[in-house]
Amino acid sequence: MMALPLGFVYMPTVSLQKLRSSQGKVAELRLELNSGGKKDKNYATKKIALKRIVANMTMSNNDMVALFPDIIQCMHISSLEIKKMCFLYLVNYARVRPEIAVNAIPILEHDMEDSNPLVRALALRTMSYIHVREFVAATVPLVKHMLRDSDPYVRKTAAFCVAKLYDHDRHMVEQSDLIDRLNSLLRDDNPTVVASALAGLMDIWERSDAIKLTIDYTNASKMVAILADCSEWGQTYILEALMSYVPQESGEASLLAERIAPRLSHSNSSVVLTCIRVILYLMNYIADQKQISALCKKLSPPLVTLLAKGPEVQYLALRNALLILQRRPEVLRNDIRVFFCKYNDPIYVKVTKLELIFMLANEKNIDEVLTELREYATEIDVHFVRKAVRAIGKLAIKIEPAARRCIDLLLELVATKVTYIVQEATVVIRNIFRKYPNQYESIIGTLCEHLDSLDEPEAKAAMVWVIGQYADRIENSDALLEDFLYSFQEEPVEVQLALLTATVKLFIQRPTKGQELVPKVLKWATEETDNPDLRDRAYMYWRLLSTDMNSAKSIVMGEKPPITAESERLESSTLEEMCLNVGTLATVYLKPVQSVFRSARPRKLIASPALQKQYLANDIETQKSISMFGNGSQPTNIDLRTRNAVPSPASPAANGGGNLAQAVNDADAYFSSIGTQQMAAMRIDGGDDGFGGGGLNGTGYVVNALAPQAVLQPAHGEGSNGDLLVL
Amino acid sequence: MASAIFFLDLKGKTLLARNYRGDIPMSAVEKFPVLLSEAEEESSAVPPCFSHEGINYLYIRHNNLYLLALTKRNTNAAGILLFLHKVVEVFTEYFKALEEESIRDNFVVIYELLDEMMDFGYPQTTESKILQEYITQESHKLEIQARPPIAVTNAVSWRSEGIRYRKNEVFLDVVESLNLLVSANGNVLRSEILGAIKMKCYLSGMPELRLGLNDKVMFETTGRSTRGKAIEMEDVKFHQCVRLSRFENDRTISFIPPDGEFELMSYRLNTQVKPLIWVECLVESHSGSRIEYMLKARAQFKRRSTANNVEIIVPVPDDADSPRFRTNVGSVHYAPEQSAIVWKIKQFGGNKEFLMRAELGLPSVRGDDEHGGGMTGGFGGSMGGIGGKGAKRPIQVKFEIPYFTTSGIQVRYLKITEPKLQYPSLPWVRYITQSGDIAVRLPDVA
Repeated sequence: MMALPLGFVYMPTVSLQKLRSSQGKVAELRLELNSGGKKDKNYATKKIALKRIVANMTMSNNDMVALFPDIIQCMHISSLEIKKMCFLYLVNYARVRPEIAVNAIPILEHDMEDSNPLVRALALRTMSYIHVREFVAATVPLVKHMLRDSDPYVRKTAAFCVAKLYDHDRHMVEQSDLIDRLNSLLRDDNPTVVASALAGLMDIWERSDAIKLTIDYTNASKMVAILADCSEWGQTYILEALMSYVPQESGEASLLAERIAPRLSHSNSSVVLTCIRVILYLMNYIADQKQISALCKKLSPPLVTLLAKGPEVQYLALRNALLILQRRPEVLRNDIRVFFCKYNDPIYVKVTKLELIFMLANEKNIDEVLTELREYATEIDVHFVRKAVRAIGKLAIKIEPAARRCIDLLLELVATKVTYIVQEATVVIRNIFRKYPNQYESIIGTLCEHLDSLDEPEAKAAMVWVIGQYADRIENSDALLEDFLYSFQEEPVEVQLALLTATVKLFIQRPTKGQELVPKVLKWATEETDNPDLRDRAYMYWRLLSTDMNSAKSIVMGEKPPITAESERLESSTLEEMCLNVGTLATVYLKPVQSVFRSARPRKLIASPALQKQYLANDIETQKSISMFGNGSQPTNIDLRTRNAVPSPASPAANGGGNLAQAVNDADAYFSSIGTQQMAAMRIDGGDDGFGGGGLNGTGYVVNALAPQAVLQPAHGEGSNGDLLVL
Repeated sequence: MASAIFFLDLKGKTLLARNYRGDIPMSAVEKFPVLLSEAEEESSAVPPCFSHEGINYLYIRHNNLYLLALTKRNTNAAGILLFLHKVVEVFTEYFKALEEESIRDNFVVIYELLDEMMDFGYPQTTESKILQEYITQESHKLEIQARPPIAVTNAVSWRSEGIRYRKNEVFLDVVESLNLLVSANGNVLRSEILGAIKMKCYLSGMPELRLGLNDKVMFETTGRSTRGKAIEMEDVKFHQCVRLSRFENDRTISFIPPDGEFELMSYRLNTQVKPLIWVECLVESHSGSRIEYMLKARAQFKRRSTANNVEIIVPVPDDADSPRFRTNVGSVHYAPEQSAIVWKIKQFGGNKEFLMRAELGLPSVRGDDEHGGGMTGGFGGSMGGIGGKGAKRPIQVKFEIPYFTTSGIQVRYLKITEPKLQYPSLPWVRYITQSGDIAVRLPDVA
């Protein structure tokens, strides 16, 4: 064993000052790189120099670019370790100095003929990462070759390469036959290569309107047959590709769903969630309600298990549970306790759990739910506490028989005098009054005890509304209003509008008490404001009051349209789209895909003879919602129909069990026995877009897709514009 | 599908980055710490994904690092977040611990790994055992030039051929943890058993394993009579080596294991279980200047089992002082740094019952205005009032019971066959139950 001249590397004792300067550093590294010569066995000195260069590059020392020619020289050395470092350098700086980078092309081309597949793949991967015209042009013919390499590791690498090249220069790829060749890789006998080819094709398809992805039943079956032989990531790619298969018969859809269902037991949560997505999708094409119920039953345990994973996965699962609950309520019907919050859950998890608890609450479990919400309303995080209080109020509206219990709990909370609880409670109690007129007015007295703690516009406006609405029952309503009016000019418009209306109501119900206040307020609101809404409303009241008091009374104090708590459901076409995207980012944000991902390819259910029409028929059963609950969306209660469509809880084992299991086995056996050439029929090719091309298929989005996106969209945001959930 | 992956320190400074798609300017990462702190102002925990100006940020935190992925597309979020966790797993195997220092010390290997683990933003091989076969920190030690292991593209992507052991052994650990949420009046609100079967596998060649459990569904599907207790698992998850279709068909757990340590399966049971260590607590406040806790703990399992290292952690007000304790077993100490008293019992025999009484002084008499009044008395549980660290924390219970599983799961057999080598082998099984997240909510102060 020979001692390496290591001391040599750290020789810069000459002049530290000079070496510290950047030029010095480059010169020093260059010297090191070229030192050693023939004595440097195993290139130890060079390796150390390269490592230092990589370190400098990582720390954004851009002077390193000056070493480009020296690095190119090193590439000739046939040491994998050195090559890897040089290629890393190349990928990093090629776009800065393309004229030098091109000198690496012949070396890379040479390496692609190396006998070691690791070197061939490395050279190809490196070359295809470089977005420089000469590199792209040189890679295209090489990839063709590599797609047929004898080693599956190289073929897998080549498959992703095609997608990369398409990203760099789609015309060049479209003019070549690369996509066809990638397509024929689906016939490969190595499952990993097939999964990689699918991933590559899907990547291209996602970005191109000119490409159509057609997967028929035979292809889909073949894909499912190789699932078990793929790595966990390969399984995800195959499952995602299955979303492009459109079942033509109900039987096909259910058979396929049965065959992928074992993936629900995979330990990789991404495989599980993607599998849930595909099964939910296939259900749209299954006619037999018993099979639907059986599948729903299968989805429930895996979804609940995801809640025991780390907070990130848990959060994803919960956001998707919100969707699944609306689309297929059967899946989570009996599981409210699994959503009870743990003390240490992160707030974003707690808030989503709270929404689920609200959605699952019913007359049977309301006592349990209220005990739980009482606990949450005393937690530390203000944001969460507010949502808990709001949920209690909304439950009073949602579950009529429990209204009294909800209100009692709210009053108990108000008694704590914690200001944000009082304000939140005031807002929800206003809505309770609207829902149940003349029933709970006895609590007004309690509310009035806390007037001083109201400093948020929404809470103030709510309180003012209550005072105005019940001016005849609140003994000192005029005095209370006068207190509020004291700061009229400084109030936000929301409160000003409420004050204006409340004063008019007071005057109508108790003319003597209100006669002094009304002209004052009308004058402010017409003469001393810049706000057109406020002015218009004031003029309207003015005319009304001066024309006919009786009509004024019937208009101002007239019966109000009822409110419901159901309006946080997603609009049905949005829900449909979201369910096709289970596990993706859009389901975390719970926003229509196009509003966040403008260039995303729209997805919707493709019509086929098997598509179950009742889910599509968009006959609208809308309910009016009040501003607090909705954002003006038109809620559709698709959920009811789904329930009607299910005859009665079926016993899945009876029908779905025996026969189907046999069929699944047969199908698996069949597709693993038939030749791989079946896959050839699966094609991706240019032509008409099956997905409605221009993206203008009018899904009625809640959010204006053109509106500038909010600065930050933490997915738990409260009813801010664009949020689909409103708790 | 990720466009780029970043390793950042806690201040948000990039330590190392890898750009996979080039469709997002790498400077977008500079926004990350800003967005994070903006969101933190709104809530105490920022969700793991958010979007800003068309760029989506997905991140996890590990030790003193953030691992961040950026993407523009509506991508599979589960896939990316799990990939980041896999990176942590693999890097930890490589560098013993993954933290700022280990990034700085290993730039080259990290680039190599990132190049191998992800291509064009798509996760590839993430099995650390397999990666270690061709990416090493001291490559000059490899006598021949590295080649891609067959496992990388093989159906068995987790095990390489040619493994040899002189003594062939398998160790099975059945570990169950119990999660419980108990209300202040003693109702069990939620109970769940999370079990895992962990393996240490030292077997030669390509062994074929079959594991038999007392699985109720399996007994039913095979029509076998049940000897003893069978358990009903609500959900099961398997390591990728297990043949899932076979399990779906006849509940057989068959697999070719990876080499060394791994988690073969995990399962979940929703059966209502009674708390193994039952804790009752009474809190009494004496004119706001003293607070007294009376605890009763009872072991609700058979006499022949013993719970070890039992810890009962009772939250107390932040500013409590001069603690006094009385108990007939174990030791109690006051842990002001976590505002709690900790009652430790080394060994807690089955069916036994112990008592503890604690009294703490409170420095000042609190008025209604100061601490939210009714909240303190009516809800708080602790006197800390709302907003304080002491508000609403539950009692935690920790323990370990060896040779015992709550569910009653049993390994009936583990069959090992290696057709070519045909060696004798020894499987070993251990059982243990641990406390998971056990929370008993504190009652109102009397």
